[in-house]
Amino acid sequence: MEEPLLRIEGLRTHFFTSEGVLKAVDGVDLSVPAGKTVCLVGESGCGKSVTARSILQLVDKPGRIVGGSIRWNGATELATLDPAGEELRRVRGGEIGMIFQEPMASLSPMYTVGAQLSQALRLHRDLTKQEAREEGVALLRKVGIPNAEQRYDTYPFQLSGGMCQRVMIAIALCCDPALLIADEPTTALDVTTQARILDLMMDLRAQNDMAILFITHDLGVVAEVADEVAVMYLGRIVEHGTVEQIFSDPRHPYTRALLRSIPELRGSGARRRLTAIRGMVPSLRQVPAGCSFHTRCDHAVEGLCEVTPPPLRKYGEAHVASCHLDEVPAAPAAPAAPVLQVTERVAAETAAEPLLRVEGLAKHYPIGGGLFRKPSGVVRAVDGVDLTILPGQTVGLVGESGCGKTTLGRCVARLADPTAGRILYRTEQGDEVDLATVTGARLKDFRRQIRVIFQDPFSSLNPRMTLQQIVGEPLRTHGIASGGELRDRVADMLTRVGLRPEYMQRYPHAFSGGQRQRVNIARALITGPRLVVADEPVSALDVSVRAQILNLLTDLQEELGLTYLFISHDLSVVEHISDRVTVMYLGKVVEDADTADLYRQPRHPYTEALMHAVPVPDPARRRERHAFEIADDLPDPAAPPPGCRFHTRCAHVRAELCRTDVPELREYGERRSAACHHAAGLTLAGVGSVAREPQVDGRMAGRDA
Amino acid sequence: MKDDTLAVASQWKLVWWGFKRHRVALVCGFVTVAIYLVAVFAPFLAPGSGQKTNADYTYAPPQALHFDWDTGLYVNPYTFKQDPETLALSFEADESKKAPVGFFVKGEPYDLLGFIPWDRHLFGPENPDGPPMYLLGTDSVGRDLLSRIIRGTTVSMSIGLVGVLLSLVLGVVLGGVSGYVGGRTDTLIQRVIEIIMSIPTIPLWMALFAAVPASWSQLERYFALTVVISLVGWTGMAREVRGKFFAVRGEEYVMAATADGAGRLRIMFRHMLPSFTSHIIANLSLSIPTVILAETALSFIGLGLQTPMISWGVLLQEAQNIRAVSTAPWMLIPGVAVVVTVLAMNFFGDGLRDAADPYKH
Amino acid sequence: MLRYIGRRVLILIPTLAAISIVTFVVIQLPPGDYLTTLTAQRASQGDGVPTGEIARLTERYGLDKPVIVQYWQWISAILFHGDFGESFDYARPVSALLAERLPLTIALSLVTLVFIWAVSFPIGVYSAIRQYSVGDYTFTFFGYLGLAVPNFLIALVLMWVGLQFFDLNAGGILSPEYRDAPWSLAKLGDLAAHLWIPIVIWGTAGTAGNIRVLRANLLDELRKPYVVAARARGMPERKMTIMYPVRVAMNPFFSTIGWVLPGLIAADAITSKVLNLQTTGPLMLRALLAQDMYLAGAILLISAVLVVLGTLVSDIALGWLDPRVRLRY
Repeated sequence: MEEPLLRIEGLRTHFFTSEGVLKAVDGVDLSVPAGKTVCLVGESGCGKSVTARSILQLVDKPGRIVGGSIRWNGATELATLDPAGEELRRVRGGEIGMIFQEPMASLSPMYTVGAQLSQALRLHRDLTKQEAREEGVALLRKVGIPNAEQRYDTYPFQLSGGMCQRVMIAIALCCDPALLIADEPTTALDVTTQARILDLMMDLRAQNDMAILFITHDLGVVAEVADEVAVMYLGRIVEHGTVEQIFSDPRHPYTRALLRSIPELRGSGARRRLTAIRGMVPSLRQVPAGCSFHTRCDHAVEGLCEVTPPPLRKYGEAHVASCHLDEVPAAPAAPAAPVLQVTERVAAETAAEPLLRVEGLAKHYPIGGGLFRKPSGVVRAVDGVDLTILPGQTVGLVGESGCGKTTLGRCVARLADPTAGRILYRTEQGDEVDLATVTGARLKDFRRQIRVIFQDPFSSLNPRMTLQQIVGEPLRTHGIASGGELRDRVADMLTRVGLRPEYMQRYPHAFSGGQRQRVNIARALITGPRLVVADEPVSALDVSVRAQILNLLTDLQEELGLTYLFISHDLSVVEHISDRVTVMYLGKVVEDADTADLYRQPRHPYTEALMHAVPVPDPARRRERHAFEIADDLPDPAAPPPGCRFHTRCAHVRAELCRTDVPELREYGERRSAACHHAAGLTLAGVGSVAREPQVDGRMAGRDA
Repeated sequence: MKDDTLAVASQWKLVWWGFKRHRVALVCGFVTVAIYLVAVFAPFLAPGSGQKTNADYTYAPPQALHFDWDTGLYVNPYTFKQDPETLALSFEADESKKAPVGFFVKGEPYDLLGFIPWDRHLFGPENPDGPPMYLLGTDSVGRDLLSRIIRGTTVSMSIGLVGVLLSLVLGVVLGGVSGYVGGRTDTLIQRVIEIIMSIPTIPLWMALFAAVPASWSQLERYFALTVVISLVGWTGMAREVRGKFFAVRGEEYVMAATADGAGRLRIMFRHMLPSFTSHIIANLSLSIPTVILAETALSFIGLGLQTPMISWGVLLQEAQNIRAVSTAPWMLIPGVAVVVTVLAMNFFGDGLRDAADPYKH
Repeated sequence: MLRYIGRRVLILIPTLAAISIVTFVVIQLPPGDYLTTLTAQRASQGDGVPTGEIARLTERYGLDKPVIVQYWQWISAILFHGDFGESFDYARPVSALLAERLPLTIALSLVTLVFIWAVSFPIGVYSAIRQYSVGDYTFTFFGYLGLAVPNFLIALVLMWVGLQFFDLNAGGILSPEYRDAPWSLAKLGDLAAHLWIPIVIWGTAGTAGNIRVLRANLLDELRKPYVVAARARGMPERKMTIMYPVRVAMNPFFSTIGWVLPGLIAADAITSKVLNLQTTGPLMLRALLAQDMYLAGAILLISAVLVVLGTLVSDIALGWLDPRVRLRY
């Protein structure tokens, strides 16, 4: 095999902290061939970013490369270059470009994007100021920035995240690098923007004949872009192969588990249990001995896996994995893992009276204004929304960030006071109460029945209170229980959400993100609510933990007969948990339908675009969505476009009607509606019902239904 | 096991663990506590009241403390020498005599803690009627500087504490209202703070204090001084409290408390306040030195406290003109007390502030 | 940018009005009004105040009218005639007294500002970049020391050291022999020899504070992703540091404009007095002790107004420097 562009061998990058040495990267072998895209995947904390940063010696103190070699172009040894030296600087930016997770923060707010771009150009190329400007504008155009000439003189904070990432790409490309390192470049972006940025990167790669080292935690993205895939776990590469090998014939149990735990857009509409990996990624302070994955592996062989680190084993050309399983003579019998049932839920009784009806709900926020000043405008975060939730159902609420879904959820829970509209809630006695007007003690009473699960597992738990205080707080404020009874109830609830009751006296800082989210759920459910508003409850979690939490939510719903309003930006998650889905855009509902109907055939162009922007974790189906792209700039919510709010980005926009008339939310067929002038005439593409069930080879069969 | 203790560690434990790691701050913390102990037990610790004048010993220089096995600790008494031409008096140590220094000696009577009458002092000349002991020299009327500095600690340190506590009350109430209510109330309070802040602090103190009638008693002046200092000083505290309120208000756990059905007061005191009490304490410990410096400056120029009350600022008044300083440089020693105290409290406060939020990462 | 400045200026008006009211209250605080103080003082000197004079002053300050009218007469005289009233202690118009002393005060303030910037900027940057180095610790310690020692104490010690060991009279701004001499190179040299002392003394506290803020800010900025990004595109470390993080961290420097100037006009009266400088500070001190309130009030008012104007200048400078400030208004 010819020498690859970049060859990393035995790389070890350690962090020397006061609590000991953290081996973030501990013996990584990886190579990137010229012109190929190599994806480095793994959950957070597994060392992917540190690996990427080590290549250009960008690891911050107290981190240090302590061993291994990084050969660049077969000649230069990057690991031992002087970090401040001329040679390394020439490679940085000149031969290897890099882009980062937070595009906005990666640009200095003090200079225009043009200044930063031209500076990068002039660092490595001998250009005059004027030439640099021309070149810079050309680059901005090349990365798909409209009005490049004007955007050249804007500041980063005047651009959207997607635009900033394009600028970052332009800067990275300014010297035609042979390799682009992309460190989670789309994680902070909306799904529609992500799709556009991925396409752009793939196009540029083809044009420039450039290699890409792409770091991500999202297997959908991997399937979309990768030629080769390296899976990382706790500072080591556990499996490496071509994208086809990894997706169709994964060898390492971690890879397989990851693949199974991703919720996938299927278009079947049926709710299905996900397979989660148990436990969580251990802390770097306590890396398990032997195979570091054995603590979470269902196939761990006692006396072997926790003792001896597994060797790399070849499974075909360029396909290696480090696992002991193939050394064990006879394949163990199907593991004890239970065969899980697909919980095909019967759609809730349509005849039932709705638990909640939202009518014409609006929430406007003033902007600006002070003691003597009038507000300079108003953001219509929610602008006339109707929504119906039947008892026992899960209604998914989706849309890009800034569409008003969180605000709507907060209005329903009365954590925000609606500006207009009614929130009709059916009490247990069967009469409807308008929550929008309830105050004082009555409102407090309803706060027992409608509970919220918050998004951020860190900010939502008061770090200064113990679990008992946090989970018991609603019992106390409502005077439901105190003392020993409160303790018993909290213990019982903790058990139900999968936490040990002994943890009651612990503080949140002792728990990981997934565990904290369980606490969050416990707090929401302890009052025995009827309606639960779950606001992005899994978006801050790792893939494997996300599956655990989604399953927990489903189980608890069955057990306690809960009704969920499930808010998420992730269409695949929503499909897995919802009976009905409502799509929001700029404060308005654009489509509302049963899950299966919506995914099979959307009625609104926005739904279609959103759906096709989700990367599919199947390399065979990549690039299908090129046709459904929409512009990646959400209009300013303070000044939404006239007519149909979506017309500025719509691929199906026709005639003047869309630009001038606001489309009403109209019924189309049974129990579904859409707000599009042309909904009846359009045939929009849903997600193929050819949904692929994950391939599982013989040994691990039985893990999946 | 270690992880388990960490898991159930409350905020204060974490703050303490974090603080312990700043070794300089820890040492300075002990120094601060020691200085406050001196302030409380000053009458006992000082060899004298510091009020006794002695016309024979004006501007007597500091004595050295000696030790030998026969007498134990002792000082050489002064002898006088008069310059035949200028007739100026100068002091010298008489090495032929020894005036023993003892512990728990009888001396001037005082009330310990204000109500326990006693006459023992930690140390002093064993013979109260023998030659005097002036370890740090005397002032223009022959008062013992060491006693005066120790006695001055009480006023200087307490003025810092009282002044800061007053501004704490004002600052927390107004800052809290500003931060929690928000809106117009907030804007109004902020404007007032801005205006107060735009008037330079020390001149404003001076101007306000200049209005205090000369006829007021020492105690009244003392309280007037603390009120004046806190009237100006609460603004910083109010801003801090408001800022914290705003920061905490955005946390999801506060919204969660609303969703839990907690009332306004409960949210404020149970959920929000604990998250910045440690910051307030750190802030307090950083404002005390500022107040001590302010008192020193005001008293120094004669706008603050006045004799017979003793504070470090009052003591420095005597060092106001360069002639006094050059004849008796030891008159600057109270300044050393100020600097050491302020330095220790600043290091201590900074360490506390760094440790105040154990959940930063 | 113009809109931004315009808005800032508009906000000034109510603030200035409020400040003038506070000052007026301070003037009124001491028991008795101007006339009683004056009469008492003259009486103690053994002579009375002529009736005509009493009538003139009553009319001038509106002493027989309600407080609001008194305020108006006071402030309008200042606004329209530059008349701050009369100092009974010096028996001269306040404005004349100020005119004598303001130039030196302002000159000293500006030089001090330059001194603070020149010293604290390199040290602050050094301390942040070489965090936890010996140099950093040394500067940090001296920073704490600078904040802990009252300025007047430094002045005293310096003067004592000068007198004791160098036989140098460090007080004043000129040695006695030059006081009335015509300007010459030698006189200028003597001036410089004296001036550095107050500048260094005033500079210490400001420098120490500035170093601390700059160091903390720069440490924050150095951890921002854009620093890594700039490094990743091959920028030389020194150029990158100065261009990106230092530029953001510099913001607090501009806020020093706001307080250095007015601070010296009145705040460091004590040091000026110790050093025997002919600035406005000792003037105010003496006025306060003598309850010569129109003089004291004038100085207080001027320094407060200067704070406000200084803040405006630093806001504008900040807007000019920082596009985030400029473009968000």
